[in-house]
Amino acid sequence: MDQIIVQILNGLDKGSAYALIALGLTLIFGTLGVVNFAHGALFMMGAFCAVITSKILSSSHKVVDDTRTDFLGNPLEVDVFYVQDWFGEAAGAAIMDWAVPLAILISIPVMILIGFIMERGLIKHFYKRPHADQILVTFGLAIVMGEVIKYYFGANPIQTPAPDALSGRVDFGVWFGYGPNAIVYPMWRLVYFFFSATIIAAVFAFLQFTTFGMVVRAGMADRETVGLLGIDIDKRFTFMFGLAAAVAGIAGVMYAPIVSPAYTMGMDWLVLSFVVVVVGGMGSLPGAVLAGFVLGIIESFASMPSIVNLLPGINQIVIYVVAIAILLLRPRGLMGRKGVMED
Amino acid sequence: MSKSNFTRRGVLKTGAIAGAGLTLPTYLRADGHTGFTNAPGDSEVVLGFNVPQTGPYADEGADELRAYELAVEHLNGGGDGGMLNTFSSKVLDGTGILGREVKYVTGDTQTKSDAARASARSMIEKDGAIMITGGSSSGVAVAVQALCQEAGVIFMAGLTHSNDTTGKDRKANGFRHFFNSYMTGAALAPVLAAQYGTDRKAYHLTADYNWGYTTEEAIKASTEAMGWETVNSVKTPLTQTDFSSYIAPVLNSGADVLVLNHYGGNMINSLTSAVQFGLREAQANGQNFEIVVPLYSRLMARGAGENVKGIFGSTNWHWSLQDEGSQAFVRSFGTKYGFPPSQAAHTTYVQTMLYADAVTRAGSFAPCAVAEALEDFEFDGMGNGKTLYRGDDHQCFKDVLVVKGKENPESEFDLLEVVEVTPVDQVMYDPAHPQMGGADASLGECNNGA
Repeated sequence: MDQIIVQILNGLDKGSAYALIALGLTLIFGTLGVVNFAHGALFMMGAFCAVITSKILSSSHKVVDDTRTDFLGNPLEVDVFYVQDWFGEAAGAAIMDWAVPLAILISIPVMILIGFIMERGLIKHFYKRPHADQILVTFGLAIVMGEVIKYYFGANPIQTPAPDALSGRVDFGVWFGYGPNAIVYPMWRLVYFFFSATIIAAVFAFLQFTTFGMVVRAGMADRETVGLLGIDIDKRFTFMFGLAAAVAGIAGVMYAPIVSPAYTMGMDWLVLSFVVVVVGGMGSLPGAVLAGFVLGIIESFASMPSIVNLLPGINQIVIYVVAIAILLLRPRGLMGRKGVMED
Repeated sequence: MSKSNFTRRGVLKTGAIAGAGLTLPTYLRADGHTGFTNAPGDSEVVLGFNVPQTGPYADEGADELRAYELAVEHLNGGGDGGMLNTFSSKVLDGTGILGREVKYVTGDTQTKSDAARASARSMIEKDGAIMITGGSSSGVAVAVQALCQEAGVIFMAGLTHSNDTTGKDRKANGFRHFFNSYMTGAALAPVLAAQYGTDRKAYHLTADYNWGYTTEEAIKASTEAMGWETVNSVKTPLTQTDFSSYIAPVLNSGADVLVLNHYGGNMINSLTSAVQFGLREAQANGQNFEIVVPLYSRLMARGAGENVKGIFGSTNWHWSLQDEGSQAFVRSFGTKYGFPPSQAAHTTYVQTMLYADAVTRAGSFAPCAVAEALEDFEFDGMGNGKTLYRGDDHQCFKDVLVVKGKENPESEFDLLEVVEVTPVDQVMYDPAHPQMGGADASLGECNNGA
């Protein structure tokens, strides 16, 4: 039972990342009709916003320490951090420690800007082209973004830790009547889950309860009619692209302490996120979120050693097997609407 | 009336045959004259450096390439000469190899066997490379070694740690300087037993490919011989990034040691997950829970950051070694690039020097002559003490370093500390050892090419 609880928590955690990425993908597809294969790269860019913020906050200048030598026998140049120069040792250390949460503030405008540049600079030229063209160009863009990151940050993952105060463990077992330390779970992963849930709720609330959101939803349902009413739906859809990029970006920022960012991160998540979108139902926002959590939990259970030892390799294919089964039973996905991607 | 023998069809046929002859790959033309693949001309010789320039091991690949470039510089008489000054064999004099200037071409293995074979083939057939070297993955090394065997060129393996490279998949044209999984187990197990006791229960997470299997097998065999018990071993996909599902069950599995048979990004992420789940502070079976990483690299340790502190593992070489050869290499590399070399850089530099030395001692570039010069060659001054290139399996035998993550690093490079230099005798094994393919494993015949 303890393992079941842990794997449900793992699944919710992984599922919340799937849900956030799939939510953005669905927003872009639903509004602009674009199949954005660069969305995983936006998640990766978000994670690297955390890396960059961390590096900026850890900027330092060298001070020669004559008492020590470097690997070549020369006097050692010691790094002295600017934030500690400016704010004192303790405050400077605290600022560097909270780099990841601070990165969220930086990532939102940065990712909206990246999304805006992507949409205005490249993707808008492909609105009227077939989906295959859109896939090719966005996939190419994802490769370029990955290679740019690799050029500047290398190929190995870069550790980006959570703040010390949120790096501990929560003793879940005690809540369920187990002894101490029977079920411990990393605190940051719980933070990630609640953060994701908040973002998802905020996006739904924005679409549901604001005039802007209402227009966007109307445009998603019938773009032509909304246009005939004199509303410039294109501008709103461009904003939605930026919003989707920001959602993917902050999902990436918060995920950086869970899995160290690497340039391959975008591709790792891309295919699975598309499966999530298809299983949820093309164009369905609640479907994307539901499928994200369902597939995340199933994947976690399939990775349990007892299951892997029984069915070797099942952890690598389970999502696709479940996707096939769901699509056979419900060809439009869990919450898909009639007429979407069916022309 | 005279009749001409020239017909349109005849001219076309002759032209086609002549054209095909002229465009034959370089190595086939050379064969006709010298009896071996890609015989060099009088002025230069081309070496092929086949490293991962993209993919998960690209950082190791980049460091390997730096070392190759340094080796070429030293062979051609540039720089400070590096290990040429400390190498026990004194036949290399900085005038290239057998008087020919050393040139090189590079290929990108992408850490994929098929891509690595394609780039090696291209370097042999199009660029005329007489020797192929490189690799940061055992799967790639085994695949490229087999290709070099077929093509009739020497393969000097780079970073490859799987037993199979010089075990069941050994080849007469292939040579490895780097240590292997068996040696890691033989060196690490006694240190682990001394540190953590003999009453331990281990849980293995193993990368699901060639290197992972042989490392798990080696560590299991050596730790079980010390009294440890293996409670479970689970294969993890090479593409896995989030290891939480694999790590979560470990604490309640009855194990008190987690062995991470992972390398590169896999190791960074699995260790991070293990630390997140509190394994390093946990207690199991009345003892502190421990984590072991059999194969370490400094580049990997840098990625894992604070998490590596106090964790034991093994490495082929480390820049902090104080012997003359290591110091000479660190000085050359550090002066040129501004940071100390990795173990991947060290092994590739040494392999290039050993190849050049073997050619010079043999007086020939013919692969079989070079192989004969390398077999059972004993040398020193290359950073690992006295070393033997054993003729039976083309594996180098030398001391093995047991290291642990340094508790108080003094610089960004100062991440590992050497806790024991395991003498070579302790890591020696029979060429027909079961972990090495048993009695069936054979080098086969040396191949000079068509």
